[in-house]
Amino acid sequence: MNRKLFCFTAVSFFMVMSALTPHLFAEDYKVGCLFSITGSASWLGEPERNTAEMIAEEINKAGGINGHKLKLYIEDTQGDNTRAVNATKKLIKKDKVCAIIGPSRSGTSMAVIPIVQAEQIPLISCAGAEVIVEPVQERKWVFKTPQKDSDCVKRIYDHLTAKGIKDIGIISGTTGFGTAGRDQLKAIAKEYGMNIVADETYSPADTDMTAQLVKIRNSGAKALVNWSIVPAQSIVPKNMKQLKFDIPLYQSHGFGNVKYVEAAGPAADGIIFPGGRLLCVDSVSDDNPQKAVLKQYRDAYEARFKDKVSTFGGHAYDSLWLVINALKAVGDDPAKIRDYLETSTLVGTGGVFKFSPTDHNGLDKNAFEMITIKNGEFVVLKD
Amino acid sequence: MNHSNQFSDLLQFVFMGIQRGSIYALVAMGFNIIYNATGVINFAQGEFVVLGGLIMVSMTTMLHVPIVVAFFLSTLVVMIAGVIMERFTINPVKEPGILRLIIITIAVSILLKGIAMCIWGKDSYHMDHFSGDTPFEIFGATILPQTLWIIGILVIIVFFFILFFNHTMIGKSMRACAINRDAARLVGINDRLAVMYSFAISAGIGAIAGIIITPIIQMDYGRGALLGLKGFGAAVVGGLGNSIGAVVAGIILGVIEALGAGYISSHYMDAIALLILLIVLFLRPSGIMGSSEASRLKDF
Repeated sequence: MNRKLFCFTAVSFFMVMSALTPHLFAEDYKVGCLFSITGSASWLGEPERNTAEMIAEEINKAGGINGHKLKLYIEDTQGDNTRAVNATKKLIKKDKVCAIIGPSRSGTSMAVIPIVQAEQIPLISCAGAEVIVEPVQERKWVFKTPQKDSDCVKRIYDHLTAKGIKDIGIISGTTGFGTAGRDQLKAIAKEYGMNIVADETYSPADTDMTAQLVKIRNSGAKALVNWSIVPAQSIVPKNMKQLKFDIPLYQSHGFGNVKYVEAAGPAADGIIFPGGRLLCVDSVSDDNPQKAVLKQYRDAYEARFKDKVSTFGGHAYDSLWLVINALKAVGDDPAKIRDYLETSTLVGTGGVFKFSPTDHNGLDKNAFEMITIKNGEFVVLKD
Repeated sequence: MNHSNQFSDLLQFVFMGIQRGSIYALVAMGFNIIYNATGVINFAQGEFVVLGGLIMVSMTTMLHVPIVVAFFLSTLVVMIAGVIMERFTINPVKEPGILRLIIITIAVSILLKGIAMCIWGKDSYHMDHFSGDTPFEIFGATILPQTLWIIGILVIIVFFFILFFNHTMIGKSMRACAINRDAARLVGINDRLAVMYSFAISAGIGAIAGIIITPIIQMDYGRGALLGLKGFGAAVVGGLGNSIGAVVAGIILGVIEALGAGYISSHYMDAIALLILLIVLFLRPSGIMGSSEASRLKDF
């Protein structure tokens, strides 16, 4: 009898406890992450994952968001569209996340857009292409944090115009990033009165671009824009030096990796490119609103991972903080998060974001800083 | 501009082409050696190139081994990797069908890529040119010392290659196995050992290709497939199995690509290479240096 009573008490105790638990402890806020952690674009996904984990740890150590723990569900897309789609479905249906950050690549971002649109879950992409958030009426649930290609082109053309250069050559990699940049360079040229006198490409496996450069030299270009994200882009400045082809060289924001500068060696000195301020934190002027955020993120990342901070990790930083701020303000209802995001402002690593119902990127061309290379280091261009 | 003229431009394009072509040639030779010994295309060939480059970078920049020593050590390490690959994945196969072996090489290439990723991470590595990067000027065209290294090393390899297969016992026995494996076995040649040697040599040549191009293109764990592709094209154009044909075809491909980039448009560079490949396959399926009768008889 006693035993029966004990069993009954025990069972009812556990039943009551388990029924009470969700009310006793606040439920976790679940955020999904889609990063290409392995595969050919792993250099994007790895710093993104590191950054997201670092922020979540910080938040939870400080007691979470309004008492709710932040729980990340990190999925590896391997940079592959099919995997990204499956992972997105899993995040939404099984893990029941309230928002997603990522994917890392433009292609995978485009692939998952139809799903988040249909399921009505806000997504903040960490990828570059502008079509991810445009046209905005078809991208109700989609946002992105990286700067726009077209703004990068505009900064380059602004600088060229200031120098009085009109005849330019362009050379680009044959990857998605290079092709998109080449299209933008050509599309915006007219607006600035730029005259593209040579248009060459190279593939990621190429070892020598002297033929392309000789062609550009013969075309009479007064400046060269090299648009690529693969290591092969470092060969261009080297080959130019080899050919004694001495015209100003502009690169895209895809050059923002210190390895590429190392590879180009002394030939990299004097290259000009628009890039995120995260690359040159120390030479950003102290009155810049981003300075404090940049320094804090860089120091925390580099101390923890013993690795150079990258702008890609910065995109995840910005995306996750946007979500955290939304969670703080409106809780974990996806629709409320989306509405909040559309009115969000954030001083992030990529720039000062100001989202609106017509702008799901929130950045303008001032998000880029004109950067040059001095003795193998990124520094802010002064003139 | 006025300081360039038609001739120096042409020369510049040819230099570029020879440099590109030399790499294709080295990768193609690696393909051919294993093809002759086993009848399969080794899909892990590009991985040998990557390993060679990465090991070289680690030795020179982290362990500060002198370049010459590092060169031989890296080659040796990759050759050992090639032997291990053969001993553990190719040799134990009971019924070595072509398809089965090819799938094994694909598996090994994925494995090697994974190992390289675990060891070196996902960054691309770069090392300095062997002897500086002050270009030489020849008739108005310029050439980097590294390009001369590449061409020179290709010449040396071809020389030793001919010497090895025509004047050494091991080389001759490997040729015998390639021509007729059963007959070679009858005269007492260990054909399985010949397969192992072929993996060692082909891994070594791949590693050397990796070592000499790393200063130019940087190296990362995922490069293998891309590096292997054009080399395979050169091997087919030259006549699969014919290594001297591969060298000639590689350089021709490289030069035509460079001329195409210089005189037509760089957008079509890869298309030009593929077009040549198709033309050769239509007109001379056995390759420019292979003859249709001899294609049944394999020879290095």
